[in-house]
Amino acid sequence: MKMTGAQIVCESLLREGCNVVFGIPGGAILPLYQTLPEFPDLRHILVRHEQGAAHAADGYARVTGRPGVAFATSGPGATNLVTGIAAAQMDSVPMVIVTGQVSSAVIGSDAFQETDITGITLPITKHNFLVMEASNIARVIKEAFYLANSGRPGPVLVDIPRDVFLEEVDYEAPGDVKLPGYAPTLGGHSGQIKKASSLINKSSKPVIIAGHGVIISRAYSELRELAETAQIPVITTLLGISCFPEDHVLWSGWPGMHGMAYSSLAIDESDLIIALGMRFDDRITGNPKKFSTGSKKIHVDIDPSEIGKNISVDVPIVGDVREVLSKLNDLIKPATHTDWIKRIEQLKEEHPSLNIPQTDKLLARQVIKDISEATDGKATIVTGVGQHQMWAAQHYTFKEPCSLLTSGGSGTMGYEVPAAMGAQVARPEGVVWSIAGDGGFQMTLCELATIVENKLPVKFAILNNGFLGMVRQWQEIFFDSSYVSTGYSGNPDFVRLAEAYGIKGIRVTDKSQVKRAVSEAMDHDGPVLIDFIVEQEENVYPMIPSGMTVNEMMEEPVTEKVTV
Amino acid sequence: MSSSTGRHTVTALVEDQPGVLNRISSMFRRRGYNISSLAVGQSEAPGLSRMTFVVEGDPATGEMVAKNLHKLVEVIKVVDISDENAVSRELALVRVKADVASRSEIMQIVDIFRAKIVDVSQGTLIVEVTGDEDKVNSLVDLLRSFGVQEVMRTGTIAMSRGVSFEGEPQATRIPQNAS
Repeated sequence: MKMTGAQIVCESLLREGCNVVFGIPGGAILPLYQTLPEFPDLRHILVRHEQGAAHAADGYARVTGRPGVAFATSGPGATNLVTGIAAAQMDSVPMVIVTGQVSSAVIGSDAFQETDITGITLPITKHNFLVMEASNIARVIKEAFYLANSGRPGPVLVDIPRDVFLEEVDYEAPGDVKLPGYAPTLGGHSGQIKKASSLINKSSKPVIIAGHGVIISRAYSELRELAETAQIPVITTLLGISCFPEDHVLWSGWPGMHGMAYSSLAIDESDLIIALGMRFDDRITGNPKKFSTGSKKIHVDIDPSEIGKNISVDVPIVGDVREVLSKLNDLIKPATHTDWIKRIEQLKEEHPSLNIPQTDKLLARQVIKDISEATDGKATIVTGVGQHQMWAAQHYTFKEPCSLLTSGGSGTMGYEVPAAMGAQVARPEGVVWSIAGDGGFQMTLCELATIVENKLPVKFAILNNGFLGMVRQWQEIFFDSSYVSTGYSGNPDFVRLAEAYGIKGIRVTDKSQVKRAVSEAMDHDGPVLIDFIVEQEENVYPMIPSGMTVNEMMEEPVTEKVTV
Repeated sequence: MSSSTGRHTVTALVEDQPGVLNRISSMFRRRGYNISSLAVGQSEAPGLSRMTFVVEGDPATGEMVAKNLHKLVEVIKVVDISDENAVSRELALVRVKADVASRSEIMQIVDIFRAKIVDVSQGTLIVEVTGDEDKVNSLVDLLRSFGVQEVMRTGTIAMSRGVSFEGEPQATRIPQNAS
């Protein structure tokens, strides 16, 4: 059958199960857009900025476990995606991005809106393609989806020149993917799994550190089985949050720079770390040479290049967490670890990281706690990076799997607005809260228009402290409170801004109004924005300064009476 | 990166496609690995090239280089042959000053190294030498006293002795289950 390159792109996307695309048209990609009406099953969501398309595709992908898809035109359209692609790459999020390129005849001539986007995205994609013939499109799109969502997931970019979209060729459905240099190891080495099981069965102070890999491989029940059978406390990474219910008795917080003190201390005291789908990020290890020196380490990860990268391990297992755990669980003997669990309880009592000071002031932490209670810990929470992110991760009690979407590895301000949009598209019936700071929110707030246009009932909570809060906190602690360029004195009136977009806006200035505002937002059918005017100079504690150890942890100075 | 405590010779079989070298060199640059030489050429199989890298660093660096190379989709096989019984060679061309007085002395040195003189002009000679890196270094050092004007080196290519690594189970020695 004769088809144009553009038609083949649409047909191939549908065949891969894609039915939502986020994007904006432009000259080079126009032939693809003009084909969209022929493919009504492919829903296109018109964003206001390409960064929004990339983050929305990211949010959609994290929730569904399927690649998120974004379109952008050549030149600035493509370069605007870059932040979103880098964020997806750092957090192993599957995406397929189709960019228009200038016509093949003028590539390399600095033509209007020409940018070497495959060159630019080379280090921030899992792989990328420049397709020079329409007859290759079907195969390339198939490979792109396969690469994006197998092994360690990641973004794959497909750049297609304008004339290639228009080229008419005989369409043939592609055969099986043949990539001789790409064969992810999934099952895990049985000898290594056996070694791991004997370490686990012998250990007296084991901890599990569960990362994003547990969510990506949907290994929730396998993780639970391992933890419950051998009574092993479960600590998650930031991106691992929600892979294990936080109301479970074995849940033991998350560690690191701003994690709970008792989690970091438990890791330090443990005799065995079972690291599942995580990468010993510097935010967790601090100084890697002094990280939990007394413990043996089992490291399960699908990416061999993560093993031994930051921390040397005793039993490395390359494989998919779910497959490895299902084999490992057969070899695990029931245990109780009563003394160890008691010890962790004691650490938790001695280091109450999550207490909120009793005060009349409106603290950001209190807002998160109230949202957590109002949603019974079952909403999808989306954050950017900074103080609001840490407080959301600390004070929201996540009870549903895959319910925290946060820009972890790349720490992207502005992720919270479009990613929440993508999450809401993926979970149309779900409750999605975008927790934002006043800084990050202003980086991508243009997507409010997209949210209204598509009737997405996202709830926005702006924790408005008039500062780039985390940066201000670093200035306070490390630069003698010299607040250079962190105060936002010209913030807009966010309530009126919301109203300008046709969104319900609520302002909260007093502690007593929080609960009512949150329930009002929940009761409202459409999107709502709440502007919480919170305490300006509240800090995130505990804090382990960059490159330090648990011994240098700063806990919250106790100046006021605290409540649990 | 890690302190430079050794050299690793790593060979890779890669798809011969535009941009592959760019992908590989970008990975080296991004991860901060130090390449001391890189050689690329066609392999025995159509559509596939073979590359030889010599990388400086401790054993952990050598291992991470192999793992990160292997992670690239267009890289099919990676073998670290540093600890193996391997043949390694490079080719160098050296333009050295030579007058009537020094010419025969240079020719003697060239003979000892089983090198060749491939060009003679009024005041210079071009010497062609193949061998491992040490041999090439020694010859270049000896020729310096006569005045070396230009040196061109191909970078090392290496091959393990005995059975082809393609045929061995060792070929997948990209540490999959060993750190």
